[in-house]
Parts: sequence; C-alpha cells; structure tokens
Amino acid sequence: MTPGTITAQITDYANRADPYPLYAELREQPVRREDDGTYLVSTYYEVRNLANDPRLSNDTRNRPPGYARVGHPAEETGLPPSFIFTDPPVHDRLRDTINRPFGPPHSPRFLDGLRADLATVVTELLDAFEGKDQVDIVEDFSYPLPVTAICKVLGVPREDEPRFHIWADALASSLDPRPGGDDGQEKAQRARQDMGAYLSDLIETKRRHPGPGILSALAPDMTPADLEATAVLLLVAGHETTVNAITNTTLTLLRHPDVLERFQKDPDLAVPLIEEVLRFEPPVQFVPWTTALADIDVAGTTIPKGSPVWLMLAAANRDPKRFEDPDRFDPDRKDNEHLGFYTGIHYCFGAPLARIELHAAVPELFRRVKFSGLLEDPPPYRTNAVLRGPRHLPVAIEGLTA
Amino acid sequence: MSADADVEVLRREGRIVVVGASLAGLRAAETLRDKGFTGSLTMIGDEPYEPYDRPPLSKQALLGRARAEDTALPRRREIDAEWRLGVAAEGLDRQAKRVRLANRDTVPYDRLLITTGTRARPWIHPDEAALDGVFVLRTRDDSVRLDRKLAGSPSRVLVIGAGFTGSEVASACRERGLEVTVAERGPAPLVGALGGVIGAVADRLQRRKGVNLRCGISVTALEGDYAGRLRRAHLSDGSAIEAEVAVVSLGAIRNTDWLAGSGLAAGPRGIACDAGCRVFDVNGIVTDDIYAAGDVARSPHPLFDYQFLSLEHWGNAVEQAEIAAHNMICAGPDRRPHLWLPMFWSSQFGVNIKSVGVPSLGDQLVVAQGTLAEERFVAVYGYHGRVIAAASFDGAKWLGFYQQQIEAAAPFPPEYGTVDRRTETLEPVDPAFPDPHLPTHGPTVTLTGHSPSERRVEFVPSHA
Repeated sequence: MTPGTITAQITDYANRADPYPLYAELREQPVRREDDGTYLVSTYYEVRNLANDPRLSNDTRNRPPGYARVGHPAEETGLPPSFIFTDPPVHDRLRDTINRPFGPPHSPRFLDGLRADLATVVTELLDAFEGKDQVDIVEDFSYPLPVTAICKVLGVPREDEPRFHIWADALASSLDPRPGGDDGQEKAQRARQDMGAYLSDLIETKRRHPGPGILSALAPDMTPADLEATAVLLLVAGHETTVNAITNTTLTLLRHPDVLERFQKDPDLAVPLIEEVLRFEPPVQFVPWTTALADIDVAGTTIPKGSPVWLMLAAANRDPKRFEDPDRFDPDRKDNEHLGFYTGIHYCFGAPLARIELHAAVPELFRRVKFSGLLEDPPPYRTNAVLRGPRHLPVAIEGLTA
Repeated sequence: MSADADVEVLRREGRIVVVGASLAGLRAAETLRDKGFTGSLTMIGDEPYEPYDRPPLSKQALLGRARAEDTALPRRREIDAEWRLGVAAEGLDRQAKRVRLANRDTVPYDRLLITTGTRARPWIHPDEAALDGVFVLRTRDDSVRLDRKLAGSPSRVLVIGAGFTGSEVASACRERGLEVTVAERGPAPLVGALGGVIGAVADRLQRRKGVNLRCGISVTALEGDYAGRLRRAHLSDGSAIEAEVAVVSLGAIRNTDWLAGSGLAAGPRGIACDAGCRVFDVNGIVTDDIYAAGDVARSPHPLFDYQFLSLEHWGNAVEQAEIAAHNMICAGPDRRPHLWLPMFWSSQFGVNIKSVGVPSLGDQLVVAQGTLAEERFVAVYGYHGRVIAAASFDGAKWLGFYQQQIEAAAPFPPEYGTVDRRTETLEPVDPAFPDPHLPTHGPTVTLTGHSPSERRVEFVPSHA
C-alpha cells in the first residue's frame, strides 16, 4: 500500500461494498499518520480509550487552519454547531436539555410509548409486500420506518418528509471526507439553510401551539438557533443511520442462512443477533471529526496537539485482540461490547430509539416474509463512507404470512 | 502426594465453606463452580435471605421505585450449595478445620472463604438506639422498616453522619418531601471520602435541596417520650431539635468478632490477607486454607505503598471474590493477585458522584474539568507528584481515563489540555481531608497501615 493513500482508499467507492480487508491492513499499524497530518486509529482498545479521553475534542474549530471543520456551519448561516460537534460544557448542557423529554430520568416512558405506532407502521409496510415476488428492502422497508419514527419523536409532519429526504442526504454526505468534495459542501450548506428555514418556521409554530414531540417540549428551554441545529442533527441521524442498521441486518441474515434458520425458530435470538450486526456492520463506520487538544501517546505513537483524528469504529469492531474470530458473524458471542454506537460522552444519543426500531422491524420481517434470496450480492451501496449502507437491497420473496 | 495432586483432589471432592452469603460470597461460589470445583459447597449467612443487592437499599428502595424484597442478586449459574441461612458463624477452630455456628453445629472445611462483610455502626447508647424511630441502614430489613416509617410522613428526619449512606438517605427524604436535618461532626458532607474542597460542593448541594445541614456538630443524646418513641435530639452546641426519625449513618464495623481467639489477623479494621486473598495469622504468617474477600478483607496494594487497603465497594467485592475463588482451587504458580483499583459511585440530590483511586491519600487537588461552582466537574488528586485519585460530579464517563492515569502513576498536576478546562493553568490546592486519626463516617476506602496484624504480636521463639 502506498503510504498516505489509505484515507483515499477508504473513501474510494470501489471499496464500499467490502472495506474490511482495508481495515485489517489499517490495524497492522494501530495509529497511522497520513501525509496531511491526520491520524487514523483502528484498534479496539486504542479507539475506546481515545473516545473516552478528555484530550480529544469533537469541536473541529480546534484544528489548525487548512483542515476540514466538519460539522461547523459557515459563519454566514448564523447557525451554531449541533451538540455532537461541541465539547463540554456546551455539549453537556445541550444534551441534558434535549434528553429531558426523550429519556430517563425525566421521561422514562417516552420511547416505550412509540412501540405501538412503530409496530403498526411495520405491519403496513409488510402488508404491502403481498403479491410481490421481489422487493427493495431499503425503499420498501428500512427507509420508511426510521423516518416515521424520527418525525414522531420530533413532532414533524410526516407529509413533509420528501423534502427532508433530499436535505438529509445532502447533509449526510457533507460528513463524508471525500477529497475534492467542495461541491458536496456547498450543497450541504444550502440544504442546511433550507432545512433550517423550514424548521425555524415549524419551531415558531410549536412555540405558539405546542403539540406532541420533543421540539414542542424543548422550545421554551432552548434558543431558536440551538433548537434548530439540534433538529437538523436528529433529522439527519434519524434518516441516515437506522436505515443502514435495518438493511445491514437483513443483508447479513440473508448471507448467513444457518443463523437465519435458528432465528426463525428462536425469536429470542433477536437481542444478541442485532448487537452482533452492530459490531459486524456498524452503520457509522468511523468518526472523522475529532481533534487532539494535547500531544497524546497512543500505542507508541505521539499524536501531536491539533491533529485531526479519525476513530475507525468498524475496524476496531473487528480487532482480533478484542473479538475472537472477528470476521465471523456470531450471535452467540459473549461479552460483545462493540463500538457500533461509539462510547464515552458522545455515545449515540438515539441508541435506545434505534434498538426499539430494530426490534420492531427485524423479528417481524423474518417472521412474516419468506425470502428466496438476495438478487444482487453485494448490493449497490450509497457513496457515503462514514454512514455506509446499501442504496438498494433487492430481494426475491416467496410469500407473506399474516 | 504432590501439591498439584492435592489441588486435583480438592477440586474434585474437597469441602469448601463460605461464611457470609452476600455479594462476595455468592460470586465466589459461582466462580468456584465455573472453574470446575465439584466438591461440596456450604454457604453460611446470618440473615435469613438469599444473597441480595445493597446499593438500592439507600436509593430506589427508599423512593418506592423498588421493593427491598425484590433486590435478590441475579444468579450467574447454579451453584449446587448447601445453604445454612439465618444462622451466624460463631467461631473458628483452625486446628480441627471447623466453623462453629450459633446453633452449636460445626461445619468442617478443607478451604474456608470469609466474606462476612460489615454491619452498620450502631448508635453509641444502646437504650437510645432502642427507641422507636431510631434506625440504621445496612440490611434489607433495615430498608423495609425505614421505608415504612418514612411513608408515615414523619415531621422531621434526623440523619446522623453525612457520609455516603447518610447523604443518600437525606436525598431520598427530600425527594419524598420530608423535612431533614443532617448532623455531621466534620466540616462538610463527604469529607472523609473526598476532602473538604469537594465536601463544600456537597454542602451547597444539600442546602440548595432544602436539607437543614448542621456541620461541625455532634449529636450528644437521643430523647424518647413516655412511650419510648424518639422525640428530640440534643446537639453538642447545646441546642435540640424535634425529630420523629433518626437514621444513624456512622459508617460500618467489620464483622470479625466471631474470629476472636482464632489466631487470625482479624480485628476492627478487617481481616488481613495477601494480594492472593490468603488470610494472615496474627504472626504475619499466611495461611493456605483460609481466604477472605469483600468488605471484610484488607490487603496490600502496590499503587498505595503496599499499605493494607480495605474497601467497601461493590465492584471490589465481586472482583476479590472471583480472585479468591480462583486461588482457592489452584496451585501456587496459577494464582492471581487482586489489584483492583478502588472505585465507587453514589447518587444523591440528582447528582451522580463517582470516585476512582484513593482520594484520602491525596495531598493536592486540581479541578481538571468543569467547575466546582456548577457542581459538574472532575477533580484530580495528587500524591507526591503523581495522580492518585479522581472524583467526579456528573462526569463519571471521564473516570476511565483518570483510572489509567492512576495506574500509570502519571505526573501530577496534569499539564495537558482537555475539554472543559476552565483555567489556563491548574493551581493545586490542599484537598482538606480531616485528621485521619479522627473517626469519619464511612470513607469507604481505608488505608490501614503496613502491618497485617494490629494486635501486638507475642514473640514466640521457634522450636527448631
């Protein structure tokens, strides 16, 4: 491998369907310096430690000039960064506030209350499979469910969804560190402005006429700009990650008929099986937006202060020093403390929602649908290397039970 | 017969007796079976209940969110043990290798594990302690009784001692809308464990949450009415307060009384054992058939000058029990050391408090992240220029990092930049621990010196 080209290879679309051999090469040197001064960290313990290290910042304004300031809107937008791109104390204040209507201790029942609605959506989506002999799991199943969920969580009208679909895609691709992505950045900036304008109207309406969902609950406690930035983040995350998790689970099960057969006999396998997919095919493959605030010694290498650091979650999840036979999909794995939802203070805010969605979707999909196989393997992937997942997952089906 | 063969016989058909049927005892028993011990296993416990979890007893169980009866510990596996519950061990005959029970039964052993833990330090005057309305909190029964009393909306609860248990009780009372007075002999709550600098933060927190906090004061007497019900408490400043309930939270006493005369190095500070959990006798000779784990054990720790350390921590009980169980049925070279770094947590007044290392050993302190004023911070303690401990208020996720700093003996004060650093440079201050010779209310980590035995050792010339 030519030194300095590994990030180019990771972002190269040719490697999207199977980046794992590349990650295995990467792990041979746990901390790797790219020519531009970016450091890639790819082994389990090193990634986990850095994600919990207070010397690492999620605020890309700590990077020296010349590096991408991922997550920071251009000055002229007037928007603050969303909480994922901030550090404490701002981060903690925002996240605590946003968590209040979302989860325990203040709202322990909020997510549980969504289960019935999600079950209804799953039933409707699967009912529509009736009479078909092939479906696209992404378009027909994995995409509509999370979108409905995030709209309900936020209190955004479902009928406006086609508009954010486009904005969310544009914003998600701005996280993708492709070289020469200026066009993408511009598109993202525009999407963010349009989405921001839409949301600021919606938030204003919620302020005057509170309704269900967390935007209404948060409107009195947050500045309009912070709430808008939060809504943008949650909409994008809700659109772009759970869809991959559901699709990856489907794809992985269809690739492992022995596990699928066990799962159909034993629905309790859902819990370890879904966790194993989050290890095996994590929906967020790496986090390229952290920065060293001090010189940090990691596995014999010093990452100098100011360096951009990429934490390679998908590579760490397959580190043989942590997971035995890591390239094997094994739902019986003990002690599966994967990094699929990250770790530390930036641990996925939506993880409990994602798990509820996965458990609403996956067991029911495999209970009702009789699959005859994948129509394309590997399926076509989306371009995004960070939020990696199939664009379509065409499958042949033989029938549907009630 | 070689020692290895001995171990094989022991694993197959030995008799292992565990005295103390709580967290450490249960986890040790499970570990023994996990590691292939097929001999007989006897679990002796003075309480009538199967092993249960204690942390919820001062938290959820006092808030009606969980019933104390429902705190049974989850079982990791079948242990196929003979349970002798509701009967205390009363003595140990090392010559005959037998445990004597309160009902005069004796139980023979090949290997003995002592996990008798601690009990709540009772109120100093037994007649006052017997008043209706005076409580301690250590067991399931204590928690049920206190919860029932609090449900009757007493006009005021007096908490005696502002260590962790006392502060958690006060927090639960405030959450239930009860008036609470906390009387603490030291200058602030939690001083024994975290020092006066952090204690001042806990002080502010308690007052803001409506606790009537009286520091630098002790309770001199509890007074009952004609029917033997608590009605008021007298304080060392000459004042008195009316209270229907008093919760005595003056720390714990180690349950070692039953070992009096056994010849083991067991005393009020615990049972001395080596890093492999083998108990010492009073002469400092290590036994090979008696082990200790959990709150009752004290063992030397390399990170803390090899002083004997006794820990009242949940995680320590689990880990030490596993190590003890492993070593009990292994030959010498396969034995493992118990090198757990002290770590505990508390939740009170809506704040998660966590600590790692031994703060009370600290001679300096810096606030590395956040600020004391916002009651959200990580404080780092230094000892002779290295990091020795860290404590957080609502910052628990950072402590794994500081744990590594402690384990690496990283230099103090830390000079690197971090997120949420509020000052350009860190100015170390004195953490303000009270004089270690004064009794404190449950510091939860106690350095107990270098000698395995605190009793004077009688010099006995060996007969060659």
